[in-house]
Order: sequence, then C-alpha cells, then structure tokens
Amino acid sequence: METQAFQKVYTKITNITKATIQLKAQGIGNEEMAIVNGRLGQVVKIFGDDVTLQIFSGTEGIPTNAEVVFLGRPPQLKVSDQLAGRFFNAYGQPIDGGPEVEGETRDIGSPSVNPVRRKQPSQLIATGIAGIDLNNSLVTGQKIPFFADPDQPYNQVMANVALRAEADKIILGGMGLSNDDYLFFKNVFDNAGALDRIVSFVNTTDNPPVERLLVPDMALTAAEYFAVDKNEKVLVLLTDMTLFADALSIVSNRMDQIPSKDSMPGSLYSDLARIYEKAVQFPEGGSITIIAVTTLSGGDITHAIPDNTGYITEGQLFLRRDTEIGKVIVDPFRSLSRLKQLVIGKQTRTDHPQVMNAAVRLFADAANARTKMENGFDLSDYDERTLEYAKAYSDKLLAIDVNVDTEAMLDISWGLFRNFFSKAEVGIKQEFVEKYWEEK
Amino acid sequence: MERKNKTTGKVAGIIANLVTVEVDGPVAQNEICFIQHQESDLMAEVIKIIGNSAYVQVFESTRGLKVGTNVVFEGHMLEVTLGPGILSKNYDGLQNDLDKMKGVFLKRGDYTDPLDRDKIWSFTPIAKAGDEVAAGDWLGEVHENGMPHKIMVPFKLEGSYKVKRVVAAGDYKVDDTIAIIEDKEGQELPVTMVQKWPVKMAVRAYKEKPRPFKPLETGVRCIDTLNPITEGGTGFIPGPFGTGKTVLQHAISKQAEADIVIIAACGERANEVVEIFSEFPELEDPRTGKKLIERTTIIANTSNMPVAAREASVYTAMALGEYYRSMGLRVLLMADSTSRWAQALREMSNRLEELPGPDAFPMDLSAIVSNFYSRAGYVYLNNGSTGSITFIGTVSPAGGNLKEPVTESTRKAARCFYGLSQARADSKRYPAIDAIDSYSKYLEYPEVQEYLVSNVGEAWLGNVLDAKDILLRGKEAQEQINILGDDGVPIDFHMRFWKSELIDFVILQQDAFDKIDASTPMERQEYMLSKILDIAHAKLKFDNFDEVQNFFKQLINQFKQMNYSEFKSEKFNNYEVELSDMLKERMN
Ligand SMILES: Nc1ncnc2c1ncn2[C@@H]1O[C@H](COP(=O)(O)OP(=O)(O)OP(=O)(O)O)[C@@H](O)[C@H]1O
Ligand SMILES: [Mg+2]
Repeated sequence: METQAFQKVYTKITNITKATIQLKAQGIGNEEMAIVNGRLGQVVKIFGDDVTLQIFSGTEGIPTNAEVVFLGRPPQLKVSDQLAGRFFNAYGQPIDGGPEVEGETRDIGSPSVNPVRRKQPSQLIATGIAGIDLNNSLVTGQKIPFFADPDQPYNQVMANVALRAEADKIILGGMGLSNDDYLFFKNVFDNAGALDRIVSFVNTTDNPPVERLLVPDMALTAAEYFAVDKNEKVLVLLTDMTLFADALSIVSNRMDQIPSKDSMPGSLYSDLARIYEKAVQFPEGGSITIIAVTTLSGGDITHAIPDNTGYITEGQLFLRRDTEIGKVIVDPFRSLSRLKQLVIGKQTRTDHPQVMNAAVRLFADAANARTKMENGFDLSDYDERTLEYAKAYSDKLLAIDVNVDTEAMLDISWGLFRNFFSKAEVGIKQEFVEKYWEEK
Repeated sequence: MERKNKTTGKVAGIIANLVTVEVDGPVAQNEICFIQHQESDLMAEVIKIIGNSAYVQVFESTRGLKVGTNVVFEGHMLEVTLGPGILSKNYDGLQNDLDKMKGVFLKRGDYTDPLDRDKIWSFTPIAKAGDEVAAGDWLGEVHENGMPHKIMVPFKLEGSYKVKRVVAAGDYKVDDTIAIIEDKEGQELPVTMVQKWPVKMAVRAYKEKPRPFKPLETGVRCIDTLNPITEGGTGFIPGPFGTGKTVLQHAISKQAEADIVIIAACGERANEVVEIFSEFPELEDPRTGKKLIERTTIIANTSNMPVAAREASVYTAMALGEYYRSMGLRVLLMADSTSRWAQALREMSNRLEELPGPDAFPMDLSAIVSNFYSRAGYVYLNNGSTGSITFIGTVSPAGGNLKEPVTESTRKAARCFYGLSQARADSKRYPAIDAIDSYSKYLEYPEVQEYLVSNVGEAWLGNVLDAKDILLRGKEAQEQINILGDDGVPIDFHMRFWKSELIDFVILQQDAFDKIDASTPMERQEYMLSKILDIAHAKLKFDNFDEVQNFFKQLINQFKQMNYSEFKSEKFNNYEVELSDMLKERMN
C-alpha cells in the first residue's frame, strides 16, 4: 500500500472501541484516510489534538502502539478506460489478478451535479419485461430499486435488465454479495460477451461489513468518469442496499449516535439520497442510471430502509410470487416508475397510458373478487371474468420471464380486454377504443 | 449586532458538519461566519454558544478541514438579497444563483450573486418629496417580467421617515440610489432597489392580517370543490412515498390563481426540479398568456445538497414570499418536503447531543413548524392594498404513519389537510386525496361561506356537504357489502355505494397528465357537481345489484369522456345528451 515521504507516522493510540481508534495528532483533515497496522481507516471526528478514526475492517487485534500513517487525502479511485472489464474490492484494489489501473486520481463521494446542469431524462430503456416496460417504464438517468424478499430472484432479473438495456458501461456495486452471486454475475456477463463493458466493485460476505460503505461511492466515481468525461450511457447496479444500510447502522451504533426508527441512524435519508441522486442525464448525452436492490423482510415496506429508499428513488419494482400462476411477477400495485410519464405515449404508442391504467384497474377488481371468494360469498359474472382475466394478465404480461416489445405488450392487453370485458367495463378514451378494440 | 471589528476565531473541533470555533470576541446566535478553508470559504451559522466556543453548522462538506483554521464572523444572520430580478431565477437554499455557477458539479465555497447588478430597469416613482413613509412603503416601481415590482422602504428601517427626493422616471441599475429619505433627526438615508433581510425573521411591514376569506382557485376538484384553500391560507399534504404529493403540488403551482409562485424543493429529487426548469418555460399562464417560468422562482436544495442549507431553504423561500406580498401580490409558496427540513433539524440536534423528543426529533419541533406556517397569510398593507402568501407544504411521514411527530406538528399549524391515501394511490385513484379524512377549516369560516354563496352559487355549500355525505354513506355501504356479501344487503346499499363511486370517479379522480382534465375552472366544477347530484337524487329503478353496477359503470364511463372533452364543446354536449338518454331509461 502507498507510503510516501512527508507522511506523518504516529504510534500512540489512546482509545480503542470495536470500530474506532483515537490518538493525538496534529494537522489532520476531516475525512482523511490513514493506514493503521495495515488496515484502512478514515477520520470521523477531530477535537483539538484528539483524532478519531473509523477502521473499516474492525479493530480486532490492533495494539495501542500500532503504526498509524495518515495519507493526507480522502478515499480515492484512479479512473481511466482501463477500468473496463475489471473487478475491484471496496477500496478500488484489483481482485482479478490483473495490474493496477493507471489513470487520473479522483476523490470518491464528490460534490453533486448542479441541478441546472442536468437535463430532464427522456430516453426509454426497453427491458422486454412487461411488468417493467408496460406498467413501469424505465428511463435513462432514473434511480429505481427492486423491492424483494431475499428469496426472490432479484439478481437474475437485474442482470437481465442490465444486459438488455443497451448501456455503454455497466458498473456493478456488490455489497455483502454471496460468493455464489458474485460468480453468477461474472458468468452471466461473460456468457453475454459483455465483460469488457463491465466494471465491478465487490464486497462479498467474506469481507468486513463496514467496508461496504465505500462500494457505492467507488462505483459512482467510475460511473461519473464514463458519463461525464466520455459521454457514455452508464448503468449502475447496486445490490444489496439493505446490507449497505445495515453497515451504516453498525457504525452509528458503535459511535453512540442516537438511533431513529428501526435502529437506523437519523441521517439514513441523507446518506442514501447522496448515493441515489448521482443518477443523472447530462445534456451532452452521458447518463447514469441506477438500478438497485433493497431486500425486504417479510414484504414490509414500512421498515426504515425501504421506506427511506422509496422517498428517494424514482419508484420501485416490487417482485413477488403469484401463486395463481406459480411464477414471479412484477407486482403492478406496489411497483411504480415515476419517470414513466416522460416516455409513455410519447416514445411508445399513444394508447399506452390508458391501456396500462385500465389493465391495472381490472387487475385490482380481480383482487377484490378474490377477497369476496375467500370470504365465502357468491361471485357475480363480472367477478368471474376478472379472475380469469387476472390469471391471463399475470401469465402473459406480469411474469418476469416475458420478453416482447412494447407494441406487442399493448396488443396483448387489448386482446385480454376484448376476451373478458365490454368496452364500457374497460373505460378507455373512445378514440383508442375505436382504433384498437377490433382485432386487426 | 453591527460591530466595528469583525470577531474572529479558530476551528477547535469537527464532527461531520458541526464545527466548534474558539472565538476572540462577541458572537450572536444564528450569526453567519466563514471558515477560511484552503482556497474556499465555507459558510456556517452559529447554533449554540458555550463560553468561548461557538458551535456552528457548516452549509458545505467539511472534508479536509483542519483544526486551527481561521474563522471570520460577519455580524449578521443569514440574509436574503431582495430586489428586482428574482423571478425565474434558480437559487440554492442560500439564494446563490445556480445558473451563475461554473462547471457541471457544485463547488463548495462557490457563492454567487442572487441579483444581476448590471441589468437596467425602467423605474417610475410612486412616492414624492414630503411623503411620510415607513418600512415596506412603496417609493416607486419597475416591471419585472411584466409584473409591477415595487421598490420599497427597506424592511429593516424602524419608525417613520420623510421622503426628501425620489429620482425621476428613467433607467437605473439595482444599486443606483432611487430615493433619499430622512429620519426624525434629519439624518439622510439613500435607498437603492436592493435590500437585505434575515430569513428567520418574519417581515411585519403591513397594517393588519385578517382571517383569510377568499378561496384560491387551484383547478384541482378535490380541493376547490370539497376542501377549498384560501388566498393567504395554509395547507399540508401528508402521504406515504409515491402517493402523489409532488404531482399535486406541481399541478397547483401550474394552475392556481397566483401572481407569484415560489417553489422550495427541500431535500427532494433533483429530477423533479429539472422537470420544473424544463416544463415551466413551455407552459402558459392561462390568465396572463405569459410563460409560467416568468412568475416563478425556484429554491432548489435537493436531497444530495448540504443538509444544513436544507433548513435555510424554506426560510429563504418564505422571506422572498414576504417581499412580494409587500408589493400587493398574491404569492403561492410550496415546500416539498417539510419533513426533510425537520430531519435536518434532527441531525443537528442529535449532533449537539440535545435531549431528544419523540422519534429523536428536537423537542421544539412543533413550535418551529407553527412559527413558520404563521408567516403565511393575507395582509392589508399600510396603503390599503392587499397581498397574500398561500403556503402548502408536503409531509413525508416515516412508514406512512400519520401519527409521527412532523405530521402531528404540522396538523396543529396548517388549516387545510389533504391526506393522501396509500390504498387510493395503489388503485391509481389520483389525486389520492382521501376526501373523507381531509378537511379545510376555511369551509367553516362565515366569511368564506359568504364568498362562496355570492360567487359560486346559492346552492353550492349545500351541494358540497351533500357530496361529502354521499361519499361517507357510500363508504359505510361498502363496508356492509364486504361483510355481508352482495346478496346479503338490500339493493339500496349497492345504490349508495355506486353513487359514491360516481362522485369518486368523476369529481375526485382527475388526470394530472391530461391537457383538459388536469385543470377544472370553478364554473365547470359547479356544473359537474350539480349534474352528479341530480343523478344521485333521481329515482332510479333496478331489479338486482348487477344492474346497479352495470348501469353506474356506464354512467361513469360517459362522465369520464366528458371530463376529457372541452367544456360545452360539441363533443361534450353529445356525451351529455347520451347521458340523459341513459338516465331516462332508468327513470319512471
Ligand atoms: N394526479 C395524478 N395523475 C396521474 N398519476 C399520478 C398523479 N399523482 C401521482 N401520480 C403518479 O404517482 C407517481 C408518484 O407521485 P409523486 O412523485 O407526486 O409522489 P410523492 O408523494 O411526491 O412521493 P415522494 O414522497 O416519494 O416524493 C407519479 O410519478 C405518477 O406516476
Ligand atoms: Mg415527492
């Protein structure tokens, strides 16, 4: 690891806790990095001569006479085109056996884009998955997580989306990734022949959890290089942000901060927003789109992590198993893409918004009918039809294994309307009914 | 707190953006200081003083900051700069002009001038030599984007003054002296077009603040028809994430009858601000024919911008609002989301290790929120003109639970409550305002009732209450149907339920993204409501509940087509004729 001349070396640590050490030192900058017995740490508090460092990999075994070397800089990443195709750990060090990257050194966690230098996102990302393209269209420059219980195949869906998205670069930020999932991503990208478009920063379950805190900033610093310097369309995948937030709470608890809801730090909203807000569309054509994963516990979206995430991101894609058809679907009720109105009916067929809404409304009627049935009541003819419709809709459109273009999704929807309902029951603007109701 | 020599100090401690400074002289609570970090000065505000230690919250990242760095105290609190040229500007929370900043990324310590000093304004005097004037009185006016912009006696001046001279009509820059006024001691004071005001203090340069009495038309049916807000009124929109707070606020700011719109994007998404930047220059104000952006000012302190400036941003917005209100204008002020502001307060209070209140928010949260909301209002200015600030804030309750401290505090402060419901949003019943739980206290004001009777119609108030009753009874009927089953209740229950659905689909639900449906003028709202109520009170005959359901679905579909058509257009009229035919079949 780096050591240079004029670096200050200290050997007298005064206090040690599980996550932090404290020592007397002068001329130290806030958030500066240091090496403590070979481990990386960062300054989190200075009072007079007392400097407190957070040690990312924990303080186990650090003696009071350990060597502390201050590096005089915040965490950094070297950026250049050499990043492409490479795998790194949370500190930006290669883990694929390849050489160090040469390039310009940049501080990670850099300032935000001036809002007036942004452009309104407007380019549709087609994924072939109707639960996304039809009901929750994605747009470049958007930030959106998958909300899913840990047993859902979110990483697979995310990999599919990434490969179909036609991005110039895909940047994977893995946090607490199991080794199997890490290898899964590697294989999928490799098999797709996409490895040279991928940059990965990975913290696996084998690594100390607090190191994860660096992963999103590393990934986004690389993303900003490609999006700003190279005007590229960059897709950033962050999985699993729940484990990132858990690391935040570990640190704040160890530093005796007052926890707010669900033992999360009071700053959780700002901490997450700082990351997600890196999603951006630039006028020059470059963009950063963030697709993340937030795992839930028992589908509970009121927990502080999904709750704060929902308040930050531009919608969420909710995966759940539909027992009626035995497949995983993108739940149309709890999923939302807030940027969809920028593209649907504009870059897609004009009937898209109305068809989408009608289809979901009828699906909701089916849910009501099912409740009725479960409560032992007779079903009306309309109820029966909605149930039939819901099955077909789930199977042909909501299931994550669907892969067709948007035009076909709309035609399939009209087909379902026609099969199960009257025009008045569907309740779509007349001009569209006239155009699409009859089979072509 | 004017001082001869500036107090200085040195940084003694740093935790995140809370910095302790050892000072060598007097400092004041909320005083502004600059930390001279390397090449950039970092702005900060004093939030606590103990002995010689001033605790300051820095409005920027403190990365790299070292103990011993010099600090200079400015002798004033956080101030806004007021003068012509504020409209259509994009400011950050501290009123820096974002467009003047260079580069793609925000640079810390980059502070830009809120006004354009070289711009020429064509000035016309209003006051004349010999006039007695006080703070807020009008000395002259310029035209800002076609809007009369008054140049006033600075708000900071106390007592009364005599006008010595006002310059002749002509072209001036903002820093030119446009008047000389004289105080009681004969001391002369030059007045320019620029003045400063501390954002956390309320401007009180008006004669009287009566109760609001005049409804403010927003074009949103759920608000205007059922729970109207007033000019100078206050309201809040709580709702879980994704239920439509921002879309509703944007709709109101596009459509409401206001002269000036100030939008504080407080700790929310940058893309939502970009949406305003990109859409408002294209959209026309139907009343003036001008572009919406010309009457709009945006304060953008998005969630990734420094947390401490988030708190400042809502105050900056309010102070700008008060400035325009003093010119006799109707200001609409929006803050999205006040919860982010409360969270900023919480982060700081925790860092100061203050005793936490519920959910770790500061103990005085309620007082802070009330204090802020009370700055809105309708006023009579000293010269008898009127002006108003209508304030609507959103609240983002943690976990969607309305019993949390920010929602509860705001409920005490705001007079209108527009609660968004998760269930309505899930079933895409937008705007997802829960019409039964929501309320407008203004509807109970006799002066508001009087206004509605004489301006909308004799029957209006009765109709509104009637509609509310139908909604409530429909909900009760639905609960019964769910418990007892379709066959287990009399057919009358189904009728009640479907009448409430009719109101829901035709009046409450409104497509914010449809050109015509998005905004409904009061006349049309009145027409549609009475039409719906006629049906609700008509004697309709059905043999079974299936018939009820089918019939009302057809009605709803027909009404929706009307909602999508130009009012009283041929299309609209045709749908209406078809509608009466459908009804005739059912009546006998
Ligand atoms: N009136 C409406 N008409 C149609 N769609 C709407 C309407 N209101 C909201 N929506 C839909 O809901 C989405 C979320 O709305 P919005 O962004 O206003 O939510 P929010 O309450 O501000 O959420 P957050 O608290 O996370 O900011 C919109 O992107 C849009 O798709
Ligand atoms: Mg919002």
